[in-house]
Amino acid sequence: MIAAQPADETTRLGGDHLEETTRAPDRESGGREPGRELLRAIVEASGEGMVLCGPDDVVVMLNAAAARLVPEVVPGRPVGSGGAGALFDLGHPEGESRESGHGAQRLRVRRESFGLSHRAWYLRDVTDESARTDALLAERRRTRFLMEAGPRLSASLNTRRCARAAVELAVPFLADAAMVVLPLAGLRQTSWLRATARRRALEEGTVSAAAAAQVPGLAEALAGFPPAPSRWLDPAQVPGWLLPEGFGQAGHLLVTPLPGNGVPAGALVLARHEDGAPFDEETETLVRMFAARAGTAISAATLYQEQSETNAILTGGLLPPELPALAGVRLAGSLRAAQQTGLIGGDFYDLCLPSPGTPGEPLVVLGDVCGKGARAAVLAGQVRQSLRTLLLLESSPERLVPLLNRSLLACPSPRSYVTLVLGALRTGQDGHVRMNLAVAGHPAPLILRGDGTVQEAGARGSLLGALKDTVLTPAVVDLAPGEVCLFYSDGITEAFGGPSGREMYGLQRLKNALSTCAGMPVSAVVERLEQISTDWLAGTTQDDRALLAVQAAGPVG
Amino acid sequence: MSRLTLAAGGLLSAGERYLERIGETDEFGAVDLVLGLLDDGVPAESLLLELIAPAQRRIGELWAANRWSVAREHGATAISERAVAAIVARVRPEPVLGRITVACTDGEYHALPTRLVAEVLRLRGWRVDFLGASVPGPHLITHLHQTGPDAVALGCALPTRLPRAHATLTACQAVGVPVLAGGSGFGADGRFAGLLGADGWAPTADVAADHLAAGGLPAFPVPRDPLAHLSDEEYTQLTCRRGALLTGAMTTLAAAYPPMAAYTARQLESTAEDLGHILDFLGAALYVDDARLFTDFISWTTGVLLARGVPVRAVEAGLRVFHGELRDFPRARHLLLQAIEAAHTAGAELEI
Repeated sequence: MIAAQPADETTRLGGDHLEETTRAPDRESGGREPGRELLRAIVEASGEGMVLCGPDDVVVMLNAAAARLVPEVVPGRPVGSGGAGALFDLGHPEGESRESGHGAQRLRVRRESFGLSHRAWYLRDVTDESARTDALLAERRRTRFLMEAGPRLSASLNTRRCARAAVELAVPFLADAAMVVLPLAGLRQTSWLRATARRRALEEGTVSAAAAAQVPGLAEALAGFPPAPSRWLDPAQVPGWLLPEGFGQAGHLLVTPLPGNGVPAGALVLARHEDGAPFDEETETLVRMFAARAGTAISAATLYQEQSETNAILTGGLLPPELPALAGVRLAGSLRAAQQTGLIGGDFYDLCLPSPGTPGEPLVVLGDVCGKGARAAVLAGQVRQSLRTLLLLESSPERLVPLLNRSLLACPSPRSYVTLVLGALRTGQDGHVRMNLAVAGHPAPLILRGDGTVQEAGARGSLLGALKDTVLTPAVVDLAPGEVCLFYSDGITEAFGGPSGREMYGLQRLKNALSTCAGMPVSAVVERLEQISTDWLAGTTQDDRALLAVQAAGPVG
Repeated sequence: MSRLTLAAGGLLSAGERYLERIGETDEFGAVDLVLGLLDDGVPAESLLLELIAPAQRRIGELWAANRWSVAREHGATAISERAVAAIVARVRPEPVLGRITVACTDGEYHALPTRLVAEVLRLRGWRVDFLGASVPGPHLITHLHQTGPDAVALGCALPTRLPRAHATLTACQAVGVPVLAGGSGFGADGRFAGLLGADGWAPTADVAADHLAAGGLPAFPVPRDPLAHLSDEEYTQLTCRRGALLTGAMTTLAAAYPPMAAYTARQLESTAEDLGHILDFLGAALYVDDARLFTDFISWTTGVLLARGVPVRAVEAGLRVFHGELRDFPRARHLLLQAIEAAHTAGAELEI
């Protein structure tokens, strides 16, 4: 064995070969040749492994350190022979180090000129060093992964978006395919999202609880238990729905529960191809940390979704209604709540239609309850509901108002004050709309005539919910085709802003603005007035603002 | 391609009739016209983008030239809204793609172009939530949490809404939803969309649809650096002092521009409004650090005011008053000087 030769730690020499090759240049340089012993001493003194080659790249001499690192290199043979070709890359520039794997070792190799025509290869074993660097880099990559994952996972309060972020983050860093199986939402079905490397589109689907239970560990993970064998490798057990189409057989699978805030947030399933690396200890630790963050985000989102669904049900009845086209009448409304997230507030409008087959007139109402936000919105909802109930017994606005006042006085919550305008609509054969108006503590509606003049309706009355007796002066408004009656709340007229930022909008400006709307469809009138009001506020939010306009549409049929 | 060329000639002549009908607020006429074209095989998307959208642009020009009143302009737009509703009630493809939220910037009331984007996306198979005109930021974000869309398409027609659009799109991105910007407010070339960090920009509804279908938006928006030029606080100061600046400018202008002495209360009010618009556009130009935004507006507004009998020197006088008032605003003063030149040039071209 060649490797046995340098066991005595002496430098291996190429015998005559050295003399032949080293003498030629030395003669030219005046014969001051380093003796063979001296050369050997120089080579041996090198702290690194050193392989000295002649101009023909045939090994002349190598020191004991080099012999230990590359036992296949022997004097008298080309340096790259014996399987060391990858290490001694003649194409690599002189003086520059490069690293190369060599069996289980990692060597740093550098080539330098030696004398006039020789070359020296310096070798150093950097296996440990590079393992430490690799470990550090891997650690850094894991840290960076978690740092990037954090904000992305916590950005949304939407369950699906959170799950999507989790699978998109996991691929390709953690696995070739990643799936989040969301917790069973009380149903027999559960939904999942999956991202796959080299496939752009996200996949989504649902699976039955029974099918999910076929995946070892998944049922436990979904139920919040630690899945018994967190690592298992029986591809035969993988049900078809778990892996993306064309993925082939999974080589490695990892099922990790997503721990939520006291409730399970689902499970993360990671799959790697057969030729991929198995999930090692470090990856499992990382996946657990990642799953903890994803789980927290998903469960927070789940709670938010539940709350907002409940909220949507509760506030659904407080939102303004759709305004259908009625025979001979066109309606348009706008409600801008000061509370901008849920768009609910103390201003309201409603349309109450007589139930089919019963006589009666459509009733429009616009009102303003004391206060803002959710508390006011609840009272506004009660007023709307009371009105609908009272309509079963009474249809005339002027008689409805005192009844509403009594129901508000009976209301247990303090400061249940309400102002409103009620109008009962009657369409005539001539295309006119006649409206019986009752006003309770509210600004009187404005009437836009065909020629652009604007009048205030003559109805007046006291506010509701404060005094036992109501004072009321009803009025009848007659709208010719195209004419508009506008109900509005004081949030419009009492808005501060304008060019100076300190001026109140006021009734006169509203009248002026309305007078420019003659001939417009009613939806355009309301939109224009709302726009002017919003511009006046110049980005500030003060009070709820409501507009409701009734237009005579012209002869029916 | 062939169907477009085929339809183009027909749509062009139909366009004239359509404009006529919406100009007379003839709802039935306009709706019958578009539904007739739909029955003749003109695709719904072509009707929206090659008939209704050009008519709306034409309305804007007619208003600017003082040939149509505000009432007529708004009336016509309301009819176009009905025509759009009539078309999309007929064509309802099943949503097979993802979910998109479409909204106008807070304060933005030019909703029709944004609605056309919503309808074209629906026609292309997206599930669309259209939140309408002037959507308050908090409402939009709540909606995003509740529905978890793949992207937001944010419309902004006026550059003065850009600061608000910026706040909104940053908020959308902060909750992990990428934003596709659109509308003339972002610049004809979309340069403000990029500056403000939108994840994408589309000049028209069909390009927006193509962009989304091609997966042009990132799954997760990349956070952007704040706008460095805002550190001089000129925008902030201008916005905070808007009221005082306008009040001062009205007084100074009355002295600098004698015809104002004979103005009625309403004329004075619209002068204050005009000065307010100038200040708002100046603020927007400071916000995006773009002189062209301001000079383009001044050239346009000079034309609009000329059409209403307000001479160029009134505009110039207003700009000079602000130039005098804004002593500590080097960036704004520079913009105002360029704007005075722009008003002068525009006036010279229009007054002959």
